[in-house]
Amino acid sequence: MVKGTRDTADTTRSEPTPPGAGAGRPHRRRAVARAAERAIAYLRRKLRAGELGSLPVVLVLAAVWITFQSLNSNFLSPRNLSNLSVDIVGTGLIAVGIVFVLLLGELDLSVGSISGLAAAAFAVLNVNHGVPEWLAVIIAVLAGTLAGTVQGFSVARTRVPAFVVTLAGLLTWNGLMLYILGTSGTVNLDENGLVAKLTSYYFTNDAAAYGLAAIASGMVFLVSYQDMRRRKAVGMPHRSLRWITVRTGVVAVVAFAAAYLLNRFQGLPLALLIFLVMVAGLDVLLRRTHYGRQVYALGGSMEAARRASLSVTRVQTAVLAVSGTMAAIGGLFLASRITSVSQGSGSGVLLVNAIAAAVIGGTSLFGGRGTTWSAVLGMLIIQSIASGMAITDTPTAVQFIITGGVLFAAVLIDSLSRRSQQARGRA
Amino acid sequence: MPSPPLLALHGVCKRFGVIEVLDDIELEIHAGQVVALLGDNGAGKSTLVKVISGVSPADKGSIEWEGRAVHIRRPHDARDLGIAAVYQDLALCGNLDVVGNLFLGQEIRRLGFLDEVEMERRTRGLLDRLTRGIPDLRAPVVSLSSGQRQTVAIARSLLGDPRVLLLDEPTAALGFEQTGEVLDLVDQLRDRGLGVLLISHNMGDIKALADRAAVLRLGRNNGFFDVNTSSQEQIISSITGATENVPRRTASQEAGW
Repeated sequence: MVKGTRDTADTTRSEPTPPGAGAGRPHRRRAVARAAERAIAYLRRKLRAGELGSLPVVLVLAAVWITFQSLNSNFLSPRNLSNLSVDIVGTGLIAVGIVFVLLLGELDLSVGSISGLAAAAFAVLNVNHGVPEWLAVIIAVLAGTLAGTVQGFSVARTRVPAFVVTLAGLLTWNGLMLYILGTSGTVNLDENGLVAKLTSYYFTNDAAAYGLAAIASGMVFLVSYQDMRRRKAVGMPHRSLRWITVRTGVVAVVAFAAAYLLNRFQGLPLALLIFLVMVAGLDVLLRRTHYGRQVYALGGSMEAARRASLSVTRVQTAVLAVSGTMAAIGGLFLASRITSVSQGSGSGVLLVNAIAAAVIGGTSLFGGRGTTWSAVLGMLIIQSIASGMAITDTPTAVQFIITGGVLFAAVLIDSLSRRSQQARGRA
Repeated sequence: MPSPPLLALHGVCKRFGVIEVLDDIELEIHAGQVVALLGDNGAGKSTLVKVISGVSPADKGSIEWEGRAVHIRRPHDARDLGIAAVYQDLALCGNLDVVGNLFLGQEIRRLGFLDEVEMERRTRGLLDRLTRGIPDLRAPVVSLSSGQRQTVAIARSLLGDPRVLLLDEPTAALGFEQTGEVLDLVDQLRDRGLGVLLISHNMGDIKALADRAAVLRLGRNNGFFDVNTSSQEQIISSITGATENVPRRTASQEAGW
């Protein structure tokens, strides 16, 4: 988003250059020093304003990676990172749905059960009843949408907090799943089927990963450049071309480095491609459309949204429908990863991890702040810790404690930044 | 008879449970006039604003817009008529930036997506007219000062070029200079032909700005005054209830002034 950087850039630009600054090195050195000063001032302002964005998350991720790499040099191997990128997808998709609900300032506790229900519905329809895979997938996903819609409508109509309604949902959908599975207990999926391919297919051609990286960087550049041109045309403050280039450059370096690593193992995983496309698409939905603006507004102040004649009922229902749908899709990916559905599907730490991922990634528990990308970042941290623990033979107990510590730190940062924002407003 | 009032309320009642908050209220707002709405705490001033703006519609009574009967059931209805309100609590979304708050519920779209550039351009134009100190348009509103927030709330109400503006204690949270700015603005709006309903506790502001004053007491009308000819004591005694038995003027009598 376009934030306050512009005005800092403007003030420094308007500073007169000291006379006789001369050509060549002293001048350049001064320019570099000034740029560094500007960057530090910018960071400090952001820190005070409580708008750190995803910086702390990226730092934590770097710390986790460096720690495990120093404990075991296989951690940052292409193979492990490639597996990591597929492992985050199932829970990550569920976490994206959680981000929507958190933006309203609510919590959805039913996503684990819905993911299990969708997986069970798919498995029983496809394997036991011979329904074609594509149809079974659609029915399973729609089952998730329906479950979410029912919950959302109940929340909107009864004004009962979503966590209570979805707690009832947690039990109900879980019971429904056990009923559907019946006595069979575990259903094994077709190893070569569509759903199994979701997490086992890799684009072995190097061009796929590099192509995706190129498209992503190109999109970032085009969107910023277009914005700059339109602002320039109507004489509004705008980013400099250099800023856009640097931003695109950062995205490109990360994207191409990831593509290079993935290509050194088996290429671009289909699961990762689907995950990233969905996250990017839903990010656009949230931040660039009328619907998304309503979600943020409702999370900021429900009363203000109502007085601006937004339909609270419709938005709440739609948000829980999205989270139900994402839970169902995530459930299919989780089932795909182990090519089976059992009575334990969708239970255990899944729900906790999905919520933790969204919060660790920087989505506020108080509503109104966060993006879908926080699900990706948070999931990367959680899965990195899990994978690192597995590689270094650390017991699961320690993994839980550390993940819990990270979650607590994330909540702390969230509430501190919220408080500092409010404090600034009071001045 | 002169042109009918922009907005007229007849016999408006509103009850919350068993409590009658507004009982048989009469009120008229004319174009190019500032009407002060006065009353002690709990007299029903803010409730009346919410009735007119459709946030909590009236239970009984009729509302006329330029002489024809209308129904205001939702905020949307009021906005379509040309009624805008600035609430006492401002009703802003703290997490959205200034542009997002201004256009909330009426975003400008381009190819289906939000047109941030156009919205920001119009915001800038609007705020330029209202105030000298334009806040950072992309900062979340929660980080602005209370004066700046008030400006944002007023700017938002002016966005759709309303014809009637309801201001619920617009200067209560402001400092000396900013209060002056807001009052100047209200003066400008009156000159442009808007009808303004101004709630305030500050008799100085009302004397300086309002043309007429309507007093509410315990949810009922308790007198109408021409601010230029009535004394401050008269108005205050009506607010406090010292002159409880002032015969309530009917709408036809009121039209006679």
